[in-house]
Amino acid sequence: MSNVGIVIVSHSPLVAEGTADMVRQMVGDEVPLAWCGGNGHGGLGTSVEAIMGAIDKAWSEAGVAILVDLGGAETNSEMAVELIGEPRAQKIIVCNAPIVEGAVMAATEASGGGSLKEVVATAHELSPS
Amino acid sequence: MSASAEATVLITHEVGLHARPSVKFTKLAKTFSAEVEVALAANGPWFDAKSIVKVMAAKAPKGTLLHIRAKGDGAGEAVGALVELVRRDFDEGADHVRTA
Repeated sequence: MSNVGIVIVSHSPLVAEGTADMVRQMVGDEVPLAWCGGNGHGGLGTSVEAIMGAIDKAWSEAGVAILVDLGGAETNSEMAVELIGEPRAQKIIVCNAPIVEGAVMAATEASGGGSLKEVVATAHELSPS
Repeated sequence: MSASAEATVLITHEVGLHARPSVKFTKLAKTFSAEVEVALAANGPWFDAKSIVKVMAAKAPKGTLLHIRAKGDGAGEAVGALVELVRRDFDEGADHVRTA
C-alpha cells in the first residue's frame, strides 16, 4: 500500500524547503514529499504551475495532502487542484493547519499508512476550531 | 482472549518526549495492531500512543515516568518495543548505544 503524499507550498522557497527538511529528518523517506515556493523570479509568491508540479512529484494513489502558509498559497493550491481535475482532484486536500507543524504531523500519520482523511484530520487537530 | 500489557519507563532523554522523539515513538506505536496508550501518571489520563498530536502535546519532560499500556494482538511486543525506545533515549545522543 502506498502512503499519502505531502506537498508543502510556501510564499518563500526557503520556508518550503526548510519545512520539507524537517519532515525528511524527523519522519523519514517513506512518505512521498515535494515542496514549492517563490514566484519563479526570485521573489516571494506561489505559482499554480509549480504547485501542480509538486503534486505530480508527491503523487500517491492514496492521495496527497497540501500544507500551505498564507492566503495566496491556499487559493493557488485550490486552483492547481481544480486544473488537475478529476479523478485525481478528489484525492487531493488542502489542509487548514500551520505549515511546519502540520507537515510534520501529517507526514507522521502518513508514514504509518494512515488514509488521506486521517492524515488531514491529524493536521487539522492543530488548528483552533 | 485478548492480550494486554503494561509497563512504566523513565524518560532519560535530555529534552524529554519532544518533537523528534515523539515522532519516533508514534511511528513505532503505529507498527503494532494493538491499541496502545500512554499516560504521564498511573491513574491517567491515558491517550492514544499512535496520535502524534496527542503525544507531542503531552510535552513529557526528562524525568517523567511514562506509563505505557496495550491491548490486543502483539500487546506485549508493542509495550516492550516502546519501553526499549525510551530507554535508548530514542536512539539519539551520545549514549544511545548503551545496553541494559
